[in-house]
Order: sequence, then C-alpha cells, then structure tokens
Amino acid sequence: MNVAINPATLDIERIRADFPILTQTVRGKPLVFLDSAASAQKPRVVIDAMVNAMETQYANVHRGLHWMSERTTEAYEAARDAAAALMNANDRSEIVITGNSTGSMNLLAHSYGRGVLKPGQAVLISGMEHHSNIVPWQMLRDAHGIELRVAPITDAGELDMAAFEALLEDGKVGLVAITHMSNVLGTVTPAERIVSLAHAHGAKVMFDGSQAIVHRKIDVQALGADFYAWTGHKLYGPTGIGILWGRKELLEQMPPFFGGGDMISSVTYKKSTWAAVPHKFEAGTPAILEGIGLKAAIDYVQSIGYEAMAAHEASLTEHALARLSKIPDLRIIGQAQDRGGVISFVLGKAHAHDVATLLDRQGIAVRAGHHCAEPLMHRLGLDSTARASFGVYTTHNEIDALADGLVRVREFFG
Amino acid sequence: MTQTDSLDDLRDLYQDVILDHSRRPRHAQRLEAFDATAKGDNPMCGDRVQVWVKYDGDTVGRVGFEARGCAISVASADLMAETVQGRGKADTKALFEAFRTLARTGACPDCGQALAEPLERLAPLAGVHEYPSRVKCATLPWHALIAALDGTKEASSE
Repeated sequence: MNVAINPATLDIERIRADFPILTQTVRGKPLVFLDSAASAQKPRVVIDAMVNAMETQYANVHRGLHWMSERTTEAYEAARDAAAALMNANDRSEIVITGNSTGSMNLLAHSYGRGVLKPGQAVLISGMEHHSNIVPWQMLRDAHGIELRVAPITDAGELDMAAFEALLEDGKVGLVAITHMSNVLGTVTPAERIVSLAHAHGAKVMFDGSQAIVHRKIDVQALGADFYAWTGHKLYGPTGIGILWGRKELLEQMPPFFGGGDMISSVTYKKSTWAAVPHKFEAGTPAILEGIGLKAAIDYVQSIGYEAMAAHEASLTEHALARLSKIPDLRIIGQAQDRGGVISFVLGKAHAHDVATLLDRQGIAVRAGHHCAEPLMHRLGLDSTARASFGVYTTHNEIDALADGLVRVREFFG
Repeated sequence: MTQTDSLDDLRDLYQDVILDHSRRPRHAQRLEAFDATAKGDNPMCGDRVQVWVKYDGDTVGRVGFEARGCAISVASADLMAETVQGRGKADTKALFEAFRTLARTGACPDCGQALAEPLERLAPLAGVHEYPSRVKCATLPWHALIAALDGTKEASSE
C-alpha cells in the first residue's frame, strides 16, 4: 500500500504544530480529530489575526471616518479579495459575504428564486444534498410556485447523469443547485459536465461547495459556474462567515434579501435605492472579526497550496479505504470513483451513535447520524452512518487509530 | 489488536446490563391489547420509539415498545418497561424525573428513599451523564411513556 506523501510538498508535523488544539487530550487519550467535515480546527494564524484585531485595530467598518474604522475596513475587505483570488472570481464585487453556506443558499433561493425565477420554472437538486440545499428550495417552491426536481443517485453514490440530463430536457429548469462534494458519501460531482448540460438547457448552476473547497482548487471561471457557495469554518476559518460567489450580471439582476444599513444607496420614507453589488446583499454590521479570520485562513490554505493538500488527502483516503475495508462487518457507504476525504460507514448491527461514542471513549472524534441529509439516508436505506473526515492536519497514524478503534468496537459488541 | 486486549475502558457507559438489554430486550414488542400508546422521536439523531401501555387498575400493568435506535435507547426502554410495571401514574412520573436527574448528573441524591429501589435498577444508565449528547437517547423512551400516560401521541426528547 502506498501511503507515502511527498514531504517536500506537505510537512505534516509543521502543519500540526500550526493547530494548537491538536495537542489536547480527550478522555485521557490524545485527540484524534476526524470530524473536520463538520467543522475544521483553526490554525494559530487565524486565532492570532482575530485576537490581534480586537487588541489593536477594531472599529465598525464601511462608515467611520477615523483611523481605526479605516484600518478595520481594509482588514475586513481583504477577506473579499482573498476569497475572489481563491476562487478565481472575475472581480471582487462578485463575492457576497454571508453567514455560512446555509446563508448563501438561502440568499440565493430568496433573491434569485423570487426575483429572477418565474413560477412554473423548476429548480433541480440532486439526491445527495445537505438539508441546506433542499429546504430553501422547498420554501421557494411553496411560496413562489417553483417546481423542485431531484436528480437521483446511483447505488455507488454518484450522480445519475442520464437521469440528470432527462430532468433538464423540457427546458423548465431555471437553476441547478447541486453539491460539488457530498458531505456524506465523499462523492465529487462532475462539475464541468453538470454546467455544460445545464447551460445547454438554459439553466444556471449553483454549486454547494461547502466540502469541495476544502479539498480542491476551485476555479469558478474554469468550471463555468454561475453561483458557488461555501463557508469559512470548514476551511480552517472562523464560524459565522460564508461566501456566495455569483456572476456579476446575475447578482445585479437579483433584488436584495435583507434590508438595512450598509446595503442602501439612499433612503427616504418614500423610496430607497440599493447599493451596488455585493453590498446590496450585505445589510447590517458584518462579521468583522470573522472576515479578518477568514482572510488569515485563506492565506494559510494558499501558503500550503491545494496541490499539496489534495495529494495528502488522496493518500489519507486511499489508506483509510484500505484499512477500513479489511474490518469484518464494516460497510463503506458510497463507492464513487471521484471522491474526497469523507468516509461514511456502518459497522455490523451496531448503531452509529454507539460506534461514535465508543470511538470517542478512545479519543477519536467522528460524526454519527443522518448528517443533515435525511433524504439521502432514506435512499441508502439507513437511519444513520458514522463518518470519518479528514483535514490538512490528519495523519496516517490517526487513520490507523480509527481502524484499530473500530476493531475494538466490533469486538466489544461481539 | 488482539483478543486479549482489554476492553474495560469501553465499559463505563456500556455496562454488561446495557449490552444485555439492548441485545435481548424482554419488552420489545407491540402490545396487542393496550390502553395507551405514544411515539417518541429524536429528530437530531433519528432515534424513534413507540411505547404501548396496558393498565392494571390504577397502575401500569405492562409496557411494550418498538425502538429504532442505539443500544442506549433500546436498553433504556427495556429497563424502563421492567421498572415501571406495577407503578401508578404519579409514581411513574416521579421516577422519570428522578431518572432524568440521574442521566444528566450521574446521581440523584435528593430523590428520596421511595425511589431508591427502582433507581438502583436504572443505575446502569447513569454513565450517560459523561456523554451529554447521549442523555436524550436514554430519556427518549421515557418521554414517550409519559406522553402515553398523559394521552398525547407524540413526544420528542429534550
């Protein structure tokens, strides 16, 4: 089994030293944190950037004429530039700062959904979406007469492309809203193919990139996407900040979502006019410190480089699949060819919660449950799975600890 | 990992009593004749339970359940069914409150002598207090039971 990674591209010990929390012990055992897909740990540079701002350079943004406000505005707005560069956006004004991926998708469902899509049109999602890419569209369906279509997945956990294309064929689909990487199955969807099919049938495409952006270099222009949503806290940044990237001409067609300060051009009792994009979508005092933290996180990711991160992750995933598939009674859920470092599994008749608790007892953190993807669980015929997910700081030894831990759990349940 | 590897560290929560009741529950059946029933649902983790109650005069004569969930919730439902048999409604509710304290804190020092014996039977579940996310697994069947006694159809764990 080839588990070698190129030490010249990713120095795992140096990276682990960047994350203070990794030296913690849990229940008397060294922490083995395999729940990064839920939320990733934070490197020292992110922590320091946020603390440093609070200690030395903090005021409200976009409105002050004083030194502190101007410096804080610069530091906060640097997050927008960093996000634009990270995704290869055409322009910084295409980066709308939101609260998280859920916020990004709700903004899109509300604003593009009600403002641009017409009743009778359809939104097409897939059978492996997170609730955050299902429920906003259901709400749109019920409020605005939009049809909600679901493209099925195959037994291997891949998008059924023939069915996907068939659902586009009548030309009613105005928007395809689909995951770029499943948070349950690890499946990476064929984004370029999705875009070309959708565009050929007159539909725009939004990707839920919450997982994908952690593992792959995202180039929205190369993908040809129309919208791309992601969140900071899975990318080693703080909670409470997310991104909705959209093509400028589309963002300009969209009405505002929240009204308030910061999003206006002028206000009279009779009529208000909106600020230019992206600010018309950013009412109220934003998550200033989180923006500063996100900028530090993006810089951190860029300093390591996606190439090295992806190679490390591929090696971890290969190692994990090899180790876990040798455990009797363990079934890996999702067999996609193109997959990332998120692995769901069930262990014999043991309930996923019991598996997770017994792993936790050994210091190993995994997630268990329906992973906010109940319809996918129904499709799989399961109530829940346990899920191990990897980050840039995950080691091959930690995967060995998981495999050994699972062997003990199996033995324990007999 | 060898067969001689000690698994003792895993037993603080999953004591033998719990493993036994989860593998071979004695009361995991729908009652054909019943006076009350209610479902319990924990949407956060997907655990589901339905409880059936047959009264014997003023007391709980028999409890049966069907559970789809983890070992903790099945064992808790089974121990509950065993323990509430022969108790009045008020007594059962008091026991539930005591059990909830036990599950949340690991003990119930103010629960009084009257509940000492039934609480002792539920004591193997006290270990859940070390795992706050699992407390609701243990209490879900009780919520369903209380809902049945109160004549409501649905309960969800706190």
